Amino acid sequence: MQHSAQQKPRLHRFHGGLHLPENKSQSLSLPLERSRLPKRLTIPLQQHIGEMADPLVKVGDRVLKGEMLARPQGYVSAPVHAPTSGKVIAIEERPIPHPSGLPALCIVIETDGEERWCEELEPIQDFEQIDLSLLRERIRNAGIVGMGGAAFPSSVKLTPGLDNPIDTLIVNGAECEPYITCDDLLMQREAEKIILGIRIIRRLAGADRCLIGIEDNKPEAIRNLQRAVNESGEEWISVITIPTLYPSGGEKQLIRVLTGKEVPSGSIPATIGMICHNVTTAFAIAEAVTEGKPLISRYVTITGNGVAQPRNLEALIGTPVADLIEQAGGYTESVSRLIMGGPMMGFTLADDSVPITKASNCLLAADNREAPDPGIALPCIRCGQCAAACPANLLPQQMYWYARAKDLEKVQEYNLFDCIECGCCSHVCPSRIPLVQYFRFAKTESWAQEKEQRAAERARLRHEAQLVRKERLEAERKAKLRQKKEALKKKPPVKKEKTSDTSQDGADTEDPKKAAIAAALKRAAEKKAKMAAEGVEPQNREQLSESQQQAIEKVNRRRAEQQADATTSEEQGG
Amino acid sequence: MRFTTISSPHSDRPNSVSRTMLLVILALLPGALAMIWFFGWGILVNMLLASATAVACEALTMRLRGRPALPAISDYSAVLTALLFAVAVPPLLPWWLTVLGVAFAILLVKQMYGGLGYNPFNPAMAAYAVLLVSYPVQMTSWLPPEMLNEHPLTLLQAATVIFTGVLPGDLTWDALTMATPLDAMFTQLDQSRMVSEILMSPLWGDFGGRGWEWVGNWYLLGGLFLIYKRVISWHIPVSMLGSLLLVAMLFHFLDQDAYPFGLFHIFTGGTLLGAFFIATDPVSACTTKRGQLVYGASIGLLVFIIRTWGGYPDAVAFAVLLMNMAAPTIDYYTQPRAFGHQGVRRD
Repeated sequence: MQHSAQQKPRLHRFHGGLHLPENKSQSLSLPLERSRLPKRLTIPLQQHIGEMADPLVKVGDRVLKGEMLARPQGYVSAPVHAPTSGKVIAIEERPIPHPSGLPALCIVIETDGEERWCEELEPIQDFEQIDLSLLRERIRNAGIVGMGGAAFPSSVKLTPGLDNPIDTLIVNGAECEPYITCDDLLMQREAEKIILGIRIIRRLAGADRCLIGIEDNKPEAIRNLQRAVNESGEEWISVITIPTLYPSGGEKQLIRVLTGKEVPSGSIPATIGMICHNVTTAFAIAEAVTEGKPLISRYVTITGNGVAQPRNLEALIGTPVADLIEQAGGYTESVSRLIMGGPMMGFTLADDSVPITKASNCLLAADNREAPDPGIALPCIRCGQCAAACPANLLPQQMYWYARAKDLEKVQEYNLFDCIECGCCSHVCPSRIPLVQYFRFAKTESWAQEKEQRAAERARLRHEAQLVRKERLEAERKAKLRQKKEALKKKPPVKKEKTSDTSQDGADTEDPKKAAIAAALKRAAEKKAKMAAEGVEPQNREQLSESQQQAIEKVNRRRAEQQADATTSEEQGG
Repeated sequence: MRFTTISSPHSDRPNSVSRTMLLVILALLPGALAMIWFFGWGILVNMLLASATAVACEALTMRLRGRPALPAISDYSAVLTALLFAVAVPPLLPWWLTVLGVAFAILLVKQMYGGLGYNPFNPAMAAYAVLLVSYPVQMTSWLPPEMLNEHPLTLLQAATVIFTGVLPGDLTWDALTMATPLDAMFTQLDQSRMVSEILMSPLWGDFGGRGWEWVGNWYLLGGLFLIYKRVISWHIPVSMLGSLLLVAMLFHFLDQDAYPFGLFHIFTGGTLLGAFFIATDPVSACTTKRGQLVYGASIGLLVFIIRTWGGYPDAVAFAVLLMNMAAPTIDYYTQPRAFGHQGVRRD
């Protein structure tokens, strides 16, 4: 294939964005290596969005490399696999890399160094012919999740809804965050497999074309991918060079840059016929399908002034961060902060004993110059730099005002939930206000409030249903009563005799009113017995004093009398 | 190894409040130096006196509010307010009026509302307006520009006049002072003289008053520097100057004798200072881009209206203060369309 018909595609702009110092060359000076096998691997059961995986092994079990350790629970979930062979020594809560700093359930494996594979997943060579559901199942069973950061289970994303046919597959190779180079390196080294993964994704999603967006600071990756596309002869795939502008790697921003379309607020790209996958995800899908290799390792960038030899390593999922830092020459004296992810959206780790997960693309050991303490926040001077930088075209200074005042309604009115937390506003703020933190706070508070409101709404619905039920029971009871009365009227003599036999006081039964009372009381007692038998406690009568009990009895008797009155008068009237 | 945790982003932030304020002060300097050149040492004395007063007032209020004074002083916002006030008032303004004005600006207009970032009005302009209304004579006693000045004062003489009110030698205030070009123009227009007739006087240069127009040029240069450094955006200055020019030209072509040429409005009075340094004060101005266009254009229009038909010769302070009041409302109705939202939100 020649570079024929390679028209320069028309690119589009998104609002705002920042030109940040790239700091990418540091970690590209050393070649990629496979990381050393650590003594222990800690595999968190929740490395993805959705339900936590359910353990299949127990402590003491021997596991083989690639063996499923925990299976997905529910639709939106993903399994985890043993990254190497060894023995399960613990299934317990361990510290994991999460912004909250809270521990979570992990499977800990003591490695045996033998790297013995289990052949759980057969390679699928004819993925162009094989049944789609089998292909999807393979991706699910291989534990593939979105590796750009969100870690959403890929098989779910690759199950398109019927109402939104996909026409464009966007493949994200932008890697717009400073410092990170793992996607760049992967594109340089594994272009063919990425193209293979794209073909598999296309088979599942059914797109007409594929646009691979890569920022122009990665010429080598662009060249290699372009070559791979040309060699594969897949003319529907185009490699598109986009300007380096943070955050062009945000899903919605990238779609905007490549196609000029905006994903509607609160929707997923599928609503405009698009689907977006990261290059690393495409690579992982290719390996899972054609080699039967589950997701047990990934490229990780270890960089920053805080490590002696910044580099990229191919590391097993579950490798402790400290091990990787050590293989990057260890910490320098100036290290002051350890960040998982990039400087703009990554989160700080309190401790380097935590493992890396499927979504860990970068470990940034920063010094005070790279990531200085922001210092005391000054008052907002409303300069509007934040609004100028915002890629979602929001007004961060207004949102800050309302978030600070905890006016959740107002902050949502200013489109809080369109904020992608890219950090541009905080970065440019002259007053050093931690704006993103305020917005995260407001989002969390809003979710909590919504949850509360939903609970209240459920309670209201339940209460209303109860009222309806009570009314219905009442109506049924009345209808029955009327029937009985009518029956009583039809054959009064027989009835009279019979009741006089059975009742304790014959004189009373003479009076229809009294009879009705007795009948009502009896019915009430029956109903109560029935409800008690069913385990239903009709009213909260458990912890009442005697006087209260008596009062209730009295009320009930009066009610029964009134009802009897009503029915008799009705009958008399009728 | 253990580390401290902190919320993202973790970048080296390029911007700070003090940097912003210092850049504005830097951009103001060419114009301020030009004013000293054309109107004498009194300007310098006022700048120093006003700055000292502002810092003292800022420190005092921070103390009273039980907050650390140093961060408030070292953001340079008080100094900037003082300098803007000092270049707006006459060169030989009695010292106690400068002190009164700056104290009013810092204590009442700024700190009483909560300090930096919370004041709805531009402090320097609010103080200017209060003094102009309260002390109209002192506030309009301008000196002639250097080329027309027959009695230039030395630094010592200027300081003496400012602090003691004693004029050197046998000079009188009438001999020393002169109406500003704006004042001259509109006073004479009120006396039914024609624009062409008024412009015969040696007071006038190419577009505005002699000396004044040069000061304006230097403010313009400083303003362009601020736009280049992205401290301010072009929206407010361009819309303000544009609307003023447009409406002035329109009236000029309707009646050339009753309304001076459009550029006259740009290059006299505080127009250029106001467009780049006063109206762009972020705290009291609009923050949305479309809002800034409305805000700037309205100030331009108000400047023309107040100058032409109002009782005060210059109008920038009043126009800015009026629009300060409208800024939150304008902001509310000019929110940008957020990403992924169709059409303009909220109508």
